[in-house]
Amino acid sequence: MSLKVIKSGILDTIQDNGRYGNQHLGINPAGAMDKYAMQVTNMLVGNKPGEAIIEMHFPAAVFMFTQPALIALGGADFSASINGEPVPTLHAIVVGKNDVLQFHKPVNGARVYLAVGGGLVADNWMNSYSTHLKAKAGGYQGRNLRKDDELLLRQPFSVSVQREEFIVLPWQADTKWSDDSKEILILPGNEWGRLTTESKENFTMTSFVITQQSDRMGYRLNNIPLHSITNEEVVSSAVSFGTIQLLPDGGLIVLMADHQTTGGYPRVAHVISAHHSKLAQMKAGDKIQFRLTDQQTAEELLIKQQQHLLQLQNACTFRLQQYFNK
Amino acid sequence: MVSSNGFEMHSSIIRYRIFPLGDSAITIDFGNCIDETLNKEVIRRFNQLQQQPFPGMIEAVPAYSSLTIHYDMVALRKKGTDALTIFQWVEQQLLERLEHPVKHSATKERCMKISVCYEKDFAPDIEQLAAIKNISVEEVIQFHTSKTYKVYMLGFLPGFTYMGEVDEKIAIPRKPQPVNIVAGSVGIAGKQTGIYPLASPGGWQIIGRTPLKLFDAKRDEPTLLRVGDLVQFYPVTKKEFEEIKITEL
Repeated sequence: MSLKVIKSGILDTIQDNGRYGNQHLGINPAGAMDKYAMQVTNMLVGNKPGEAIIEMHFPAAVFMFTQPALIALGGADFSASINGEPVPTLHAIVVGKNDVLQFHKPVNGARVYLAVGGGLVADNWMNSYSTHLKAKAGGYQGRNLRKDDELLLRQPFSVSVQREEFIVLPWQADTKWSDDSKEILILPGNEWGRLTTESKENFTMTSFVITQQSDRMGYRLNNIPLHSITNEEVVSSAVSFGTIQLLPDGGLIVLMADHQTTGGYPRVAHVISAHHSKLAQMKAGDKIQFRLTDQQTAEELLIKQQQHLLQLQNACTFRLQQYFNK
Repeated sequence: MVSSNGFEMHSSIIRYRIFPLGDSAITIDFGNCIDETLNKEVIRRFNQLQQQPFPGMIEAVPAYSSLTIHYDMVALRKKGTDALTIFQWVEQQLLERLEHPVKHSATKERCMKISVCYEKDFAPDIEQLAAIKNISVEEVIQFHTSKTYKVYMLGFLPGFTYMGEVDEKIAIPRKPQPVNIVAGSVGIAGKQTGIYPLASPGGWQIIGRTPLKLFDAKRDEPTLLRVGDLVQFYPVTKKEFEEIKITEL
């Protein structure tokens, strides 16, 4: 009762909502980069939204199922196939014994999520299954997945399948919850006022490019560069997912899921929570266009996103029940 | 009451300012500086929030002179408040608490003794530091071990402690470029001293290494030190270092 890694990917880890309550010990939350996609993918297979899930980058791992399972893919589209036949993202899929799942090329997005119905057996460290790579704890032995790793399923998939082949269930999750804009909305940070008038304009008028120095910790943006009216030091203080720091060379870094708990660079802005998902699906070479917004809009957008997720969850539960009971 | 520079007045005359850290966190800033009095207030307020969290609070993160609270905005919105934004509601919760000073806690600070081997193999930067500061290596060790340091905050890495303050005679800026640093390395950056709990790139000037495990994911309390602890370093030989290290495995 497992899925076996038959070829390793570049960075595939088990993640969930993240590990909270330990940042005062310097232990950062980690967790999925795209929590929205993680939740949608889990819902498709009837899991609770924050169930432990596999997050993959391209090139991603190749898996073989040793038992039937209900799975779903969400987030990025890496042109997945099962036994060589293309399969779509955002659908629940029933896979059979010895089915092989692999990913061929990145079509869009940066991180794909693989959810398995009933969940995966994973290491719980400090109340989370998220892999903490630095602490070497949580997830699968605290590390990224490698060839020959065997991930156990928490529950056998008990529904008998008529056909021998895998089945793509007919409905697709609608992930569109609001704006189609390509812009990333930001709130001014505490040190926004340190930027010169010209730099403030450049911040939102120019688009930035995500450089190769980007990973789960943060995205380094190309140098515009931006100028500060003061060199006064910022004493180390807490930072968060989405915090945009101004580096001494005038460049920017956007903090992501594996960010440190604290930082000593000016916090010039923060990406709103509702846009973390969009940001998490961007990769090196992609352009970011920032636009300033206000607290109220940021909060309303997150609520909207959350409402959409709840509707989606209800729809998924209903469809799964209907499908497997008929 | 707001003072001319925007810092609100506190009843016990510690000024603070509150600002949003994005849309799901809020920071109480007591003054953007390294100061023991301000840090004590941070720790008192941190302990208060740990014991009596407000609804929707996820966690609090103390730093040198600020305290940040991460909160669950969606849960709070569901709960329903009459404030225009959740931020304003959370700010109000904090302002009400900050109006009343926290009593000094009766519990004494923990004093932790940390063994450090300052021998050359473990202290890649100690000779250069001594040369720049125009003192001997022995004097560097003497200065570093003659004071008790306060753990002002943890951050950067799991279990990384920011402690202060070292004697001016051994204070030295961090390196311009980070290098690879071994776990257990004890370093100096400005007037701060700290210990790398894990191997990591870093810019602090390394003057020794402790055999103690500052961080161990398998322990119930994974970090050896907590914010507010007092730390006293004492020198050990390489032989003693190896002996202690075995007991730590």
